[in-house]
Amino acid sequence: MCSVCGCGEGETRIEGHEYEHTHDHGHDHHHHRHHHDGHTHDYGLGPAHAHAPGLSQSRMVRIEKDILGKNNEYAKANRGYFASHGILALNLVSSPGSGKTSLLTRTIDDLKSDLSLAVIEGDQQTANDAERIRATGVKALQINTGKGCHLDAHMIGHALDGLAPEDGSVLFIENVGNLVCPAAFDLGEAHKVAILSVTEGEDKPIKYPDMFHAADLMILNKVDLLPYLDFDVDKCIDYARRVNPGIKVLQLSATRGEGLETWYQWVWATRQVSLIGHPSLADSA
Amino acid sequence: MHEMSLCEGVLKILEQNACTQGYRRVKTVWLEIGVLSCVEPEAMRFSFDLVMDGSLAEGATLEIVRMPGEAWCMQCARTVKVNQRYDACPDCGGYQLQVTTGDEMRIKELEVE
Repeated sequence: MCSVCGCGEGETRIEGHEYEHTHDHGHDHHHHRHHHDGHTHDYGLGPAHAHAPGLSQSRMVRIEKDILGKNNEYAKANRGYFASHGILALNLVSSPGSGKTSLLTRTIDDLKSDLSLAVIEGDQQTANDAERIRATGVKALQINTGKGCHLDAHMIGHALDGLAPEDGSVLFIENVGNLVCPAAFDLGEAHKVAILSVTEGEDKPIKYPDMFHAADLMILNKVDLLPYLDFDVDKCIDYARRVNPGIKVLQLSATRGEGLETWYQWVWATRQVSLIGHPSLADSA
Repeated sequence: MHEMSLCEGVLKILEQNACTQGYRRVKTVWLEIGVLSCVEPEAMRFSFDLVMDGSLAEGATLEIVRMPGEAWCMQCARTVKVNQRYDACPDCGGYQLQVTTGDEMRIKELEVE
């Protein structure tokens, strides 16, 4: 990954892309990137020129730049791409083991005959999840973030080149299982969907407030297990609303099928919104 | 450890501005980090030294300016102080708060030569 927005950038692999960066994480870092940008400046390695002895050349420079500015530019470009192609992009975020991939495969099985779907899978290692999705007959592309803990907008931009989702389709981006880092990185998606299983703590929305603040929809998964657990659903929803008064909440079981219909209604309704301005795509399921 | 990526973002901005602002070395970086942003200052310091190593900002000092959190309480119709995303309004106890400042992550200024 040549962008700055990905951590562990030397290890990011996108299926179908030849990113063989073998530089070690240290001294070659900025040279490598400068090479990428087509610059050949050499900063600060030689002696400072025209340096009068005893006279400091220090000065102050006001910058006022957002640290995530670069990622946000890529995200804006992705958002523009989605808008011009009438694609609904959903960024699925959760901790590992919440049932994100199970919900996704079930959703694909149930919706693929009526909707055009595509998937970007983010994991640190293995292409297992993308293979699981491709087995359902839907286009999927794996991004391995290596040591990285989240997907960034630049990775998504490259993945779109390879994946080429159809106009009017629904693109599910399954982020790396992590309730912390993906919160800060806008991918250009229409909505972040946070999946929380009832086998986790009901106080996760306030333990990881950034994520639940960034999400527009919270899905409580594995509700079929509620009779066996002490999970207080109302309390969990109350916590989520504290960090995000506007968050919508759905309760379902991806494996038993309970409540899935409400999730599908949400996907359909949200897709309708992304098709505004694309009347010709409305029937192109 | 997204602080590592954030530091790489900082380095990129330093490198880009070196061309336009005409400096060769960065000695101090002032960052404004809001208390409601998803940044842990200690993790940021740790990552900063690692990421800047070998760059134009090698050995640079990192100064983190913490920005207080403020939110607009819809019930009280006024600005209140908050320290966490899940804080209630200190006056009415409600959670209908819209954060107005405190989530910034910005490079404020640099000492360069």
